[in-house]
Amino acid sequence: MAGKTISEKILSSKSGMDARAGDVVVCKVDYALGTDGSTPMAIDYFDAMGGKKIFDPKRIVFALDHYAPAPSRATALLHTRMREFAATHGVPLWDVGEGIGHQLIVESGRATPGSLVMGADSHAVTYGALNCFATGIGSSDLAAIMISGRIWLRVPETIKVTLTGKLSAHVYPKDIALALAKELGADGANYQALEFCGPALPTLDLEDRLVLSNLTVEMGAKNGIFPSDAMSLAYLNGRAGGAFTQIDADSDAQYVRGITIALDTLEPQVALPHHVDRVVPIGETPGTEVQMVYLGTCTGGRVRDFHQALEVIKAGGGIAPRVQLIVTPASRTVLETLSRDGTLSEFIALGAVIVTPGCGSCCGTCGAIPGDGINVISTANRNFKGRMGNSSASIYLASPASCGAAAVRGSIVDPREISS
Amino acid sequence: MTAIHMQGRARVFGDDINTDYIITSRRKRESLDPQVLRQYLFEEINPTFAGTIEPGDFIIAGKNFGCGSAMEVAVTAILGAGIRAVLAVSFSRTYFRNAINNGLLPVVCDTTGILEVDRLELQNIGESGAGLTIQNATTGRDISAGALPQIMLDILNAGGLVPYFRQYGDFQI
Repeated sequence: MAGKTISEKILSSKSGMDARAGDVVVCKVDYALGTDGSTPMAIDYFDAMGGKKIFDPKRIVFALDHYAPAPSRATALLHTRMREFAATHGVPLWDVGEGIGHQLIVESGRATPGSLVMGADSHAVTYGALNCFATGIGSSDLAAIMISGRIWLRVPETIKVTLTGKLSAHVYPKDIALALAKELGADGANYQALEFCGPALPTLDLEDRLVLSNLTVEMGAKNGIFPSDAMSLAYLNGRAGGAFTQIDADSDAQYVRGITIALDTLEPQVALPHHVDRVVPIGETPGTEVQMVYLGTCTGGRVRDFHQALEVIKAGGGIAPRVQLIVTPASRTVLETLSRDGTLSEFIALGAVIVTPGCGSCCGTCGAIPGDGINVISTANRNFKGRMGNSSASIYLASPASCGAAAVRGSIVDPREISS
Repeated sequence: MTAIHMQGRARVFGDDINTDYIITSRRKRESLDPQVLRQYLFEEINPTFAGTIEPGDFIIAGKNFGCGSAMEVAVTAILGAGIRAVLAVSFSRTYFRNAINNGLLPVVCDTTGILEVDRLELQNIGESGAGLTIQNATTGRDISAGALPQIMLDILNAGGLVPYFRQYGDFQI
């Protein structure tokens, strides 16, 4: 019998079966996240299923992040409903202002090597950076987990992504992810796992890996998983309470495909409207004017992202006239760090708009909505038409440094032109 | 398995139809009621479409239908409009499982020859989940679709995960 991929091993352990690609298994869930975008419906399903109590309330957690703060009476009522349900059942809840649920799952040490963490939101794939099998589910799945602690999953085939070399100056993990999206296409990894490996891994720390795992769902992937190593352990030290088991792939594991990305030759990339896989080197889009620059989201809203953007903006002498710069930290902890280290003051002095930690404008449910005909460049993960709340706006996706460069110039530009 | 026999018109879309195109995120923050949301189906890409849906219509799509957000209203709003099946070359995995969990039939098949308002008839091939056949009465062309794994059939046959859990209280494997 052939060896197993990381995903096959974790799903075998969680199902108690010899799980192989293509099997459908029922697995025990270690943690499940519900957001204000998915939980109100999950509560309806929970009631309709005849749910009375939650199998283990500490294994569920809710985040009020998509409507933060509530932009309307209807969304405020959704929040009230979630707070009441959480209080009744003893479920922990991250209230408005705490940040994006995905970031909080990672910060709080809930995602650990070898674990199975589900999120009722597609970007739950983010936790794969920590050697955790993590994927997005719907509200009905969340309701079933709340009752039974279990979920049905098809065991994915795995695509092996080998990263070699080292990123050049001003090229970032977001550029790797966009290059991968171009290579695979928006459905190139449908139903499949992406397993990252290769000699470049020691050069990519946890914050870098979170960006890569986060974007795997834009290629259709079920998860984007890394092995566990010194980088993961360094991040988990002081966060993860219990014991965990690091999971490696077997040397004779079966992969459906292999892709190699040489980091040394990679250039800054940009995804053009309105498709995440419509990616070109950023140098091929000179002069495209932007009126809004968005820094934030579960892809690009961590401390390092703001540092990278600020460095380019300062090198370029500030923000161009008529550019609106929006700063939305991924969590309160990120905001506190930016406040402590002076980054926040510098953004305020530059004229940036500072928004409550959370999903912000990413899916157009709260925060700054772009006007008609506006071009936005964003550190986010999706640029679908209408994604930020206005189908007459156009969204470009790039690294924090490239977004910073666009803020300086008022148009899309290779960040290496600004920094050098 | 439960017999499947559906007839209706083809309503044709292209590749990579994401869930925000099916129903925008900003609509669901005001209501989760499928009867409300059905009025706004596909408004970002075809503002007049919702008014032309007839119960029994089939959504026909290319590859990667339902990509993007995992929001389940992208399934329940479709069901709310009286649509019982979506036929696509491929589905995003979250849309596929949300469809199963709500009793919306996701059919993976070659949809390339199907045109807007073609009359389709969809039914089981033989016994016990051997797959589906889709007869296109307009073009005379037949296509087929493979069988689903047992647990998915069980959930679909129950009418979705809610009736499945009401019946069994937990997963049956």
